[in-house]
Amino acid sequence: MTLAEQIITIGMVILGTMMTRFLPFILFPDNRPTPKIVQKIGRLLPSAILAMLVVYCYRHVDVINNPTGIFDIIAGIAVVLIHLKWRNMLLSIALGTIVYMLLIQI
Amino acid sequence: MDNKYIKAFKAAFPKTIPIFAGFTFLGISYGMFANSQGFNVWYSLLMSSLIFAGSVEFLTIGFLLDVFQPLTVLLMTLVVNFRHFFYGISMLEKFKETGLKKYYLIFGMCDETFSINYTAKIPEDVDQGWFLFFVTLLNQCYWVTGAVLGSLLGASMDGEFVGMEFVMTALFIVLFLESFLNEKEHFSSYLGLGVSALSLLIFGQANFLLPALLSIAGIILLREHVSQREGASR
Repeated sequence: MTLAEQIITIGMVILGTMMTRFLPFILFPDNRPTPKIVQKIGRLLPSAILAMLVVYCYRHVDVINNPTGIFDIIAGIAVVLIHLKWRNMLLSIALGTIVYMLLIQI
Repeated sequence: MDNKYIKAFKAAFPKTIPIFAGFTFLGISYGMFANSQGFNVWYSLLMSSLIFAGSVEFLTIGFLLDVFQPLTVLLMTLVVNFRHFFYGISMLEKFKETGLKKYYLIFGMCDETFSINYTAKIPEDVDQGWFLFFVTLLNQCYWVTGAVLGSLLGASMDGEFVGMEFVMTALFIVLFLESFLNEKEHFSSYLGLGVSALSLLIFGQANFLLPALLSIAGIILLREHVSQREGASR
């Protein structure tokens, strides 16, 4: 990517983020009620998107051609187990990352 | 005499201490991650201060390493940050009489800032607008400082951070797991996993996001449409 392309990419992220934040104040200046369908999507979409992002993080894992992909899977399972045990977000992220770093550096 | 700025600051600061811990940790991780992927401290500074939305900032590093596809990037950002739209709706009333500060309050409304500003019981004698302003500003300072610090730290310890990139995977696994554990029905979660995995198999890692996104949104809308018609015919 060239520098210009990088700037446009970052600009798109800024634009997208600011659209989600400013839009309500533009669309509903007099506290008009939100359409039902928008509310419904607002409830249903986030978990599907988070699921998609987990898949996104694993997109390059190819256990057959590159055995280190197994580390991603082991560390991922570790994160889930650690999080189910303590339900502490920062702890799960920190320990999970350490597990992965240990696996890949050994 | 305590002026109203100092008073608002004194009320706001204690509320942000838990965020201080979280943002410092995540910010440092972000800076180190960005650095490990070849993006120096200027990128961390620019992105943490101008985007100021944790999860998409991590994603942006991935976008920058990928092929140039501005439209997909915009769409991805819109859906990942879709929840902010609802934060805004909840804050319409509260932001009303904050004058010019309103624009900064909207700009800086990340998850954590929203959760404090939405729930805080602001004392009667404290200026509401300045309280909201300081919460937003302090949180952003923690995040930007963390990101810059992490980037500098990463740059000074060459090579010891192999595997640091897993921090993003861990972050999204935890966010997904939390949302999964808190929801009543898991339809969307399974839909998201299934459709994305399928799309990855069909379109490959460079192109799978857009079809996955559109299919997920389409199926959710279709399902709503059908269930509404069933409800109407009953």
